[in-house]
Amino acid sequence: MKRIIITTITLVFLFVQAIAQETVYPAKEYKGLIFITGGTVHVGNGQVLENTTIKINNGKIVEVGQNIPVPADGVKVFDAKGKHVYPGLILANSQLGLVEVNSVRATIDHTEVGVLNPNIRSIVAYNTDSKVINTLKANGILLANVVPQGGLLSGTSSVVQLDAWNWEDAAYDTDGRLHFYMPSLIARPNPFAAFLGTDSRPTSDVVKEGLNRIEEVKRFFREAKAYYAEAKHEKTNLKFEAVKNLFDKKQKLFIHCDMVKEILVAIDFVKEFGFDVVIVGGSESWQIADLLKENKIPVILSQQHSLPTTQDDDVDLPYKTAAILHKAGVVVVINDEDGQTRGRNLPFNAGTAAAYGMGKEPALTAITLNAAKVLGIDNRTGSIEVGKDANIVVSEGDILDMRTSIITLALIQGRQVSLENKQTQLYERYKSKYGLN
Amino acid sequence: MRRILLLCWCLLAAAIINAQETFPVNGVADTRTRTYAFTNATIVKDAATTLNGATLLIRDGKIIGVGTSVSVPADAVVIDCRGKFIYPSFIDIYADYGIPAVQRQPGGFNFNAPVQFTSNQKGPFGWNQAIRSDVNAASLFAVDDAKAKQWRDMGFGTALVHQRDGIARGTGMVVTFANNRENFVVLKDKASAHYSFSKGASTQAYPGSLMGSIALLRQTYLDANWYKTNPSAEGINLTLKNWNDNQNLPQIFEANDKWNVVRADRIGDEFGVQYILKAGGNEYQRINEMLATKGTFILPLNFPQAMDVEDPNDARYVSLADMKHWEMAPANAAMFEKAGIPFCLTTSDLRDPKQFWANLRKAIDYGLSETKAFEALTSIPATVLGIYDRVGSIETGKIANFVITNGNIFNEKTSILQNWIQGEKYGVKEDMWMEIKGSYTLVVNTPGAPKTFTVDVKNNSTASVIGKDTLTGRFTYDGKQVKLNFPESKGSRNQIRLSGISNGTTWSGLGDDAAGNRFTWTAVYNKEIETKADSVRPKRKPELGKITYPFNGYGWEEMPKQETILIKNATVWTNEKEGKLLNTDVLVKNGKIAAVGKNLSEPGARIIDGTNMHLTPGIIDEHSHIAAASINEGGQSVTSEVRIADNLNPDDINIYRQLSGGVTSSHILHGSANTIGGQTQLIKLRWGGNAEMLKFEGAPGFIKFALGENVKRSSAQQNNRFPDTRMGVDQVLMDAFTRARDYEAAWKKYEDEKKKNTKAVAPRRDLELDALVEIINKRRFITCHSYVQSEITDMIRVAEKFGFTLNTFTHILEGYKVADKMKQHGSYASTFSDWWIYKMEVVDAIPYNATIMQRAGLTVAINSDDAEMARRLNQEAAKSVKYGGMSEEEALKMVTLNPAIMLHIEDKVGSIRVGKDADLVLWSDNPLSIYAMAMKTIVDGIVYYDREKDVQLRLQIAKERARLFSKMTGEKRMGMPTVPFAPTMEIMHTCSEHNHKHGLFVVDADQYTESSNQ
Repeated sequence: MKRIIITTITLVFLFVQAIAQETVYPAKEYKGLIFITGGTVHVGNGQVLENTTIKINNGKIVEVGQNIPVPADGVKVFDAKGKHVYPGLILANSQLGLVEVNSVRATIDHTEVGVLNPNIRSIVAYNTDSKVINTLKANGILLANVVPQGGLLSGTSSVVQLDAWNWEDAAYDTDGRLHFYMPSLIARPNPFAAFLGTDSRPTSDVVKEGLNRIEEVKRFFREAKAYYAEAKHEKTNLKFEAVKNLFDKKQKLFIHCDMVKEILVAIDFVKEFGFDVVIVGGSESWQIADLLKENKIPVILSQQHSLPTTQDDDVDLPYKTAAILHKAGVVVVINDEDGQTRGRNLPFNAGTAAAYGMGKEPALTAITLNAAKVLGIDNRTGSIEVGKDANIVVSEGDILDMRTSIITLALIQGRQVSLENKQTQLYERYKSKYGLN
Repeated sequence: MRRILLLCWCLLAAAIINAQETFPVNGVADTRTRTYAFTNATIVKDAATTLNGATLLIRDGKIIGVGTSVSVPADAVVIDCRGKFIYPSFIDIYADYGIPAVQRQPGGFNFNAPVQFTSNQKGPFGWNQAIRSDVNAASLFAVDDAKAKQWRDMGFGTALVHQRDGIARGTGMVVTFANNRENFVVLKDKASAHYSFSKGASTQAYPGSLMGSIALLRQTYLDANWYKTNPSAEGINLTLKNWNDNQNLPQIFEANDKWNVVRADRIGDEFGVQYILKAGGNEYQRINEMLATKGTFILPLNFPQAMDVEDPNDARYVSLADMKHWEMAPANAAMFEKAGIPFCLTTSDLRDPKQFWANLRKAIDYGLSETKAFEALTSIPATVLGIYDRVGSIETGKIANFVITNGNIFNEKTSILQNWIQGEKYGVKEDMWMEIKGSYTLVVNTPGAPKTFTVDVKNNSTASVIGKDTLTGRFTYDGKQVKLNFPESKGSRNQIRLSGISNGTTWSGLGDDAAGNRFTWTAVYNKEIETKADSVRPKRKPELGKITYPFNGYGWEEMPKQETILIKNATVWTNEKEGKLLNTDVLVKNGKIAAVGKNLSEPGARIIDGTNMHLTPGIIDEHSHIAAASINEGGQSVTSEVRIADNLNPDDINIYRQLSGGVTSSHILHGSANTIGGQTQLIKLRWGGNAEMLKFEGAPGFIKFALGENVKRSSAQQNNRFPDTRMGVDQVLMDAFTRARDYEAAWKKYEDEKKKNTKAVAPRRDLELDALVEIINKRRFITCHSYVQSEITDMIRVAEKFGFTLNTFTHILEGYKVADKMKQHGSYASTFSDWWIYKMEVVDAIPYNATIMQRAGLTVAINSDDAEMARRLNQEAAKSVKYGGMSEEEALKMVTLNPAIMLHIEDKVGSIRVGKDADLVLWSDNPLSIYAMAMKTIVDGIVYYDREKDVQLRLQIAKERARLFSKMTGEKRMGMPTVPFAPTMEIMHTCSEHNHKHGLFVVDADQYTESSNQ
């Protein structure tokens, strides 16, 4: 009996570590000096620095260069010789922590009922214990923008850092972005009409309806503006209050749309209200890259790994879209919205863009510094530059290529975060079962 | 008063309608023999025979004489047809006439509703509501004179009608367009039997897919044959009885599409039936395949309308294929003629029957000969229906169905004057009978002195009056009545108004003037007038683009040929014990790998420089859903009778897209809607080939099984289909294989008994069980969609109970948990690299799965199940280098050699070895790198994808699109009707595992099928 208990205790001791992601702890705060030495540093702004050391103090990058002296004691040193050092990758648009299992309704917290919900805040529903989060860190993604959906104005998104006990710990930048999902401005015939015995063409004028709904949103903003002109309100309107920052340029309007006509309407919002507008989706944006540049509208491309829009298109067009925009001078952010892999392939989406004409460093910028800029957090993160948070990952090789993208170290604000997750634990568990090592 | 009026109408009606022996007459008998002689006519007896100055004699609705020396009997009414043409009236073999439309359920079919398992038709009928062989057009048909007039006005006299509903649609009936009692209008009851792939108004779940429809047809042929043995187990089944009774009739299949034509013909060949094939209009795109059916076709004339493509933002979403089809569709019939394929023409599918003549003339403009058009509307349909002895030409003894025209019927200026059906005249444009054009002398008997004018009549509505001045009058003539208003003098407001009746060359009537005087008038034909011939614009021969295979921008104008290719100096990943060979040459000859080595040379070979490039075997996707018209037959839990092979779609653009990612073979699987799905089809990506050419020759048969959430319909709100749990899934499997084993035993018993007793009755052939027996006997292999360890283990145990090996577990994201059991059983594993947590059963999926299984000794493949990801399978394989540290060569094998092994084709493909098929990919970089692009993809020694050629193709597409845009907008500017633009949509089939976005115009087929899991 005693032996059994001991054995059990031993097993528990061995396996608690291995099976429950609950044992993957957020890292403790670390205020001391950290050195990442001798690596190939990809700054995030296009620069690559060979054999370079990064000095970190109190969670901030304080020095980047060669020949930085490293004290012998009392500091953490990570040897990055032969390795590649990158700014932490940023997932610019995701439902991370708002949904666990797509097919189980009870686990979905990203889509609210209603049309105009600017007052909705994603951050309050962000689940730091989602099993997905740690799998992203393991691939070098250290920050994510958590975005609500549903209706036309669906609320504000918040940027979270991916190593936290609760959403207040996770919050990196709250409510800085309001999300507008543009109604579709194209009528799509039903390809199953013949099978269903119905008419294939939509019965109503989809474009007109869409424009009317957009007008509804504009009217909301116009009335909100008038509301602010009033010093005191007899009746407080939470929805109007929620978009004040947008007018004060403390918030950006993220407009989710793909088609050219929709993007042209988005430019309207810049012209009429002077908002800082960002296009999210933008699969067709390459056709009007010059207009986007002229109006200083950045684009977050939802997914490089996608099929072309039309059967006549260049088969590789989605792979090339980022390069086309980049070459035209548009600020491009690459994203990964794949529902089956949940954002973990962000570096490879960028890798594809790199392969199809963008080049490696610009593609890296599209998932680091540009993402930070567009999200409005580039003063704190997005590149390995002095003064910024030490959000850094180290990879065995090229992070954009799955052949070599093996993350060995990740720091968030100077904290060395665990790269373990539910999946690595299951891996260990079953390696053990089969006696593999 | 009203009653009297009504009575009058009834009497009138009775006079028109033929007297029928058994019907009592209310009043005095009015029996007439009705003998008519049409003299001096140009009679087109049939396509080959035209008689000038001939006489047509009819009596009692029949033709009793035709020729140039026919003597006119004394009792004949003589109609002088000088200058007129007489043709046999047309036959519409696919008319939508006289049969009520079937009521469909409002809102269409609801896939999420509880399943209806069997037919809801009351009575001793069969199990499936879509098999309506019991329907007879005769029991539904009713004369509808208003509709009949539409056909008569176009020149039709006869039609074949049937109820357009269901997969088997019962019998059709030949009727005329006469306005008479049905008893006389019907020429032939049960003239044809009709079929389609569409289940129509059936509310039953099965079949829910094209391949399900095909499987149901196949099984019904077998069941009907078995029913001839009067099996007591079936009782009375009128559906099968009627099916058998209908087999000796002409069998007409509504295919409506080029590939459906091929599919229908294949079923026909299987059961010794030559269908008459109702086409849809795109058949010209595959004219050789149409010819190969040896069938007679029924071609509609519904050409697509030009789209409004003036908005470039919209126009971008119209595919080149749609625009090309718009341009070429009117040439369909001409191409059939040129290919020597017999066909009928029909008014069917026209948006408006009035378009018939305009579209027929368009078809003629596009190269259809008038003779062939004429035959396609007369002798061919009559022959096909076995009624040429009665209609279809003007011949003594035939029914008096003919039209009288004032010229060549195909001439745009010609009018059909009268349409005689069964010896009854129906006026069409009788006002055109008389040539009214000419100069007339008009005498108006105004008080005092009569005034004389000259009236020059140009046509039925234009005339000028010449007195002192030339006056413009308002003139109308309707064949009988004449009306003429004109001013008394030039500029005068005072009008002279005349109205009267024409008796041919003399008109007379009454008139008045502005002063209120009333007077009589006469006009007499004087002489012809000279009119300037209308300036006829010479018709330009329509400009047509080229037909490509497939019919889209990336298709071939000419199919590529096998070449002798020598790839020089590449890094060759052999997947053989030699491993990776540097600076090596590979010679391809006759579609095979002929040599692998250094410094090879081959006179005449096409040299491809592989310096700094990598050559690998072609990628094989173990789990794909491209290139098929339907993927899921979810109507039942066991559908092993359905076959992907029955509905391959060679036009799928994803074939080309995947070639661009180095894929050379794809295993096209049934979906995961049910436990025992359908039979799969392995294809090679021979872009441009037809369905047969796509098939991978000599590969053993597979079948798709599925376990877990999808098959228990987790997403359906009200599932009533067994199984609803994994416990039930187990029993579905046990039951199916038990039935299969008993079935096999029953056949064995029968085979034994037959040796002793020749009268032994064979059991019913069951295609569902046949496939399962093949599995038990290891002649068909399973690839099983599965995720969690409990179901994997159970599937293995079921297989063991029935003595076979579960060949492949596909998806298998928890395979790592039971890798030892799978290994012991002998299964293969085909999985995703890093998918997880999109549904409950994959919350434990890990990206190390492939590595663990491989290290545990399993042969592992990485599959796509996704048309986009399939283009990057090399990268998906590379993820196992990242997750778990698999070697690069082993990783590449997961998308090349390993799937070949699990598909039992490793003797043909999967590695670079002399003698194997030359299915190769030349990569720009290490094939496991994200930076690698397929530069050339070769299948059977044919370069099907070439990155350089792709650039040229895109330039060509842009040019051709621009040409067609300007042609379409040109039509709009010329005032031709256009329809609003419609983006070309793409239907995507998946295993319903998807949250993967594909594109703005991609629709997931699962949105509309039962397995929807979103």
